Amino acid sequence: MSSNAKEMKKVLFGPILDSNPIALQILGICSALAVTTKLETALVMSAALTFVTAFSNLFISLIRNQIPSSVRIIIQMTIIASLVILVDQVLKAYSYEVSKQLSVFVGLIITNCIVMGRAEAYAMKSPPTMSFLDGIGNGLGYSFVLIVIGTIKELGGFGTLLGYEILPLVQNGGWYQGNGLLILPFSSFFLIGGLIWFIRTIRPEQVEPKE
Amino acid sequence: MEHYISLLVRSIFLENMALFYFFGMCTFLAVSKKVKTAMGLGVAVIVVLGISVPVNQLVYSNVLAPGALEWAGFPEADLSFLSFLTFIGVIAALVQILEMTLDKFFPALYNALGIFLPLITVNCAIFGGVAFAIQKEYTFTESIFFGVGSGAGWAIAIVLLAGIREKLKYADMPEGVRGLGSVFIIAGLMALGFQSFSGVSI
Repeated sequence: MSSNAKEMKKVLFGPILDSNPIALQILGICSALAVTTKLETALVMSAALTFVTAFSNLFISLIRNQIPSSVRIIIQMTIIASLVILVDQVLKAYSYEVSKQLSVFVGLIITNCIVMGRAEAYAMKSPPTMSFLDGIGNGLGYSFVLIVIGTIKELGGFGTLLGYEILPLVQNGGWYQGNGLLILPFSSFFLIGGLIWFIRTIRPEQVEPKE
Repeated sequence: MEHYISLLVRSIFLENMALFYFFGMCTFLAVSKKVKTAMGLGVAVIVVLGISVPVNQLVYSNVLAPGALEWAGFPEADLSFLSFLTFIGVIAALVQILEMTLDKFFPALYNALGIFLPLITVNCAIFGGVAFAIQKEYTFTESIFFGVGSGAGWAIAIVLLAGIREKLKYADMPEGVRGLGSVFIIAGLMALGFQSFSGVSI
């Protein structure tokens, strides 16, 4: 039983540092770059993606033996799209402001490569419980990157966290001069690049071989 | 006409799919090792975006939008909650048809595009382009220009990135940043460069 628990732990927490979907597998980068200007949107996006990945993994794994391989992409798409519609409707009903800010990015979870990639690479050949955990794990790995980037950008750019003032800005009579670069969306490129550098420094086995 | 040219220029340079909206990033970063493959993928994206944006615009405005089913006798119907499912279905079907047509009539182009064509279904640049065209309520003609323009913008960006990466192969970088890390930083610098277009208006 202990080996099973170990395996579960590996599947659940491995994707945070050891096989991070963004930093190592190059999956799900679009939304990671675009929705991280504020921590709140980053949190909502992480929750939405974790939910979709976990349940799409679960459902696809449940019916994996019935899916003919020639039409599997369409079936996976249908399951994922239905889950995303659910998330979208819930967001519109309960936090309309955030759903406006996320705009098309909620819909883009459908084509988010994390969901498809995990469905294809893991859920198609693993039992339901493990697939579910794998989905949550990869969602956590994605959330980890989003939360780190979102925190740096909101704190550095606006001096706030989740809308609360932490560093009083100069124009509000405080002392902190907001960093204009961090407000711009593409600064996430540099931050993620730096984060990858950091992760690969503490986990040298992820360094790419020289060509 | 002026309006359409302005829309085209804006979607290629100002609101570049890859570097302004960050759509299609996974393939943008993963398949930009060689200029040649980047070029093939770029062409495929232009074609698929140029077709699928106007087609989805037609489907949305005639079937899914609130009140759009009036011609069939259902003026009350609002199917817009089905839009995600429909769009992805239409895109997948279009890619499949395109693949078969190319295979039959233009085998040379089909071989050049190879594996990229089916992969495009899950490229968020396509889905993002469609979703944006609907959100901004473009007309049919506008959506043609928007689709082709944003495809071209994406293609330009990936070819440029591939060009830079081919040269960077010889650079001696710190170990941790080699590969993916450096690609992120280059793409960030390119996005910074594309910001300089933001003052342009026609």
